Amino acid sequence: MAKNYTSKKRTIEDLELIATKIREDIIKSLEKAGSGHSAGPLGLADIFTALYFDIMKHDPKDPTWDQRDIFILSNGHCAPVLYTTLAHAGYFEIAELSTLRKFGSRLQGHPERERLPGIETTSGPLGCGLSQAAGMALAMKINKDYHRWIYCTLGDGEQNEGNVWEAAMLIAKYNLHNVIAITDRNNIQIDGTTEHVMPLEDLRAKWESFGWHVIDINGNDIDSIIDATAMARSIVEKPVMILAHTIPGKGVDFMEGDYHWHGIPVGIEDVAGAPPKNEQAKSALHQLRTLEGKIRSEHE
Amino acid sequence: MNNLHLVDLTSGEVKMEPIRKGFGRGLLEAGKINDQVVALCADLTGSTQISLFAEAFPERFIEVGVAEQNLVTVAAGLAAMGKIPFTSSYAAFSPGRNWEQFKTTACINNQPVKIVGSHAGLYTGPDGATHQMLEDIALMRCLPNNVVVVPCDSVEAEKATLALAADKRPGYIRLARDSSAVLTTDKTPFEIGKAQVFSEGSDVTIVACGTMVYQALQAAEQLFLDGIDAEVINMSTIKPFDAVTLIQSARKTGAVITVEEAQINGGLGSAVAEALGEEFPVPLKRMGVKDRFGESGTADELLNHFGLTSSHIAIQAHAIVKNK
Ligand SMILES: Cc1ncc(C[n+]2csc(CCOP(=O)(O)OP(=O)(O)O)c2C)c(N)n1
Ligand SMILES: [Mg+2]
Repeated sequence: MAKNYTSKKRTIEDLELIATKIREDIIKSLEKAGSGHSAGPLGLADIFTALYFDIMKHDPKDPTWDQRDIFILSNGHCAPVLYTTLAHAGYFEIAELSTLRKFGSRLQGHPERERLPGIETTSGPLGCGLSQAAGMALAMKINKDYHRWIYCTLGDGEQNEGNVWEAAMLIAKYNLHNVIAITDRNNIQIDGTTEHVMPLEDLRAKWESFGWHVIDINGNDIDSIIDATAMARSIVEKPVMILAHTIPGKGVDFMEGDYHWHGIPVGIEDVAGAPPKNEQAKSALHQLRTLEGKIRSEHE
Repeated sequence: MNNLHLVDLTSGEVKMEPIRKGFGRGLLEAGKINDQVVALCADLTGSTQISLFAEAFPERFIEVGVAEQNLVTVAAGLAAMGKIPFTSSYAAFSPGRNWEQFKTTACINNQPVKIVGSHAGLYTGPDGATHQMLEDIALMRCLPNNVVVVPCDSVEAEKATLALAADKRPGYIRLARDSSAVLTTDKTPFEIGKAQVFSEGSDVTIVACGTMVYQALQAAEQLFLDGIDAEVINMSTIKPFDAVTLIQSARKTGAVITVEEAQINGGLGSAVAEALGEEFPVPLKRMGVKDRFGESGTADELLNHFGLTSSHIAIQAHAIVKNK
């Protein structure tokens, strides 16, 4: 049975407000957890907002609906943005976000399929998401299930893994064009910038030479994200890779572009260029609430 | 305190340090002693502590990116040319992801590739099941030629690293992330393949490795007050396995408990069960994570949850002694 999942068409401004709230809750839940990843999740908030509040066909009240689109978080360490988005979309109470990474929580340090509705697969160990997307797409093909899409986000550093390129070849071989891959091209990984740790460029040429259609976008612009996925759905000759150029730590000035924030939350260490640790959360939340005055906020 | 020069755990504050720190220091030292030692990392330079070596010997350090299969196979190439490569990542991914590559290119080739598995076991804490490597002891123990070391503290990790650097075989060293008690001193001897009796007793033998050695010693203190004389063995080398020390102790006490912060299937407990079963069967209780995955939490919460604290060990000791 078809569901009326798009009943609430939202404006870009509404979506931006949702993204801001998601960023605030990412900061808050990570601060409470005392560990976890900040930069990737903040950079991805616009993509997640666009996916769960505009692009994807899904039903928070029926997470296993057999006609839903599927989302795979191959870069599993970015769990905070997925959890926060799922909560805001109505999969579970927002209050539960404060249990992130705690003993007994459904919000494990890395997402687990068996624990939380809305999680399609367990991830954290990098490089495995796209292959699972391929398997799901193959199953849909066998089942003649032609109206479902599989969205898969990958980190850029993650693409150091050979497994990613094994999936890339297979998806092109079978032209599994209902797989829409999105790279979080934020130029950072743990040991430094991607081009320093393991150069990825020319990343566009790499994916093209593997048989993919590549779309470069500003991954912090919700309009572009919606546009690019719409275009991706209309391209059937090839699978599509969206290279979403994002700013790691987006929205918090002392985190933006700094790889030190890959794997730590606010409040645990003093980082050069950032406020002292006990003031980081306050500063981050203040910036997010007003986006330096550029965005209206209910907290104003 | 004794001829093993252990720290006296009953007097004052116990020093705490992550086991991985000892590895970092040991590798730096190994690099100074032998210029054939090289190091490779897969985008986890700081957290695996290989950064100390990388900073001191940048020309002998190779960053392979997030690519654990490449990590060990490149190392096998280096080893084939006479180098002694130490490769570091989280244990969940190395050897978790590259086991076959390690088997073929390091173990069948019998090349001295060393896998340093950091963040193994429950001391990985909030990262959860995907990152808490509990299967590594089983995976590495079944590989011919391979040496498997699970140091009990940071000081032993430092010595074990130096010993592995001087050893011609492939090897695995298991490290933990969070701080754990320091029990040994610079003077405590360490030898690959040699278990050590850390505390002598006659009623029950507790065989432990890694962070569980501290819990076992604490349990022995507690048991002493209850009138049970427990012997504690630090089985820091899992392979080659020191069955001689184990069986000597089992002959004396007639009951054995094993404790590890790893899957109960295939690990230290299995090695002990195999040796006792074939040579000197006695009542045995294996303690570990019982065929389940880990989860997020602090190390203390998880040890308690999985029944791996000193009090849990003491309870098992009472039971096994009673039924002897
Ligand atoms: C197989 C595997 N190896 C190593 C890690 C440890 N790790 C977690 S995130 C990360 C860096 C990934 O970089 P990227 O994909 O660019 O993510 P970002 O830092 O941008 O969030 C690494 C090496 C892992 N999770 N899985
Ligand atoms: Mg990145």
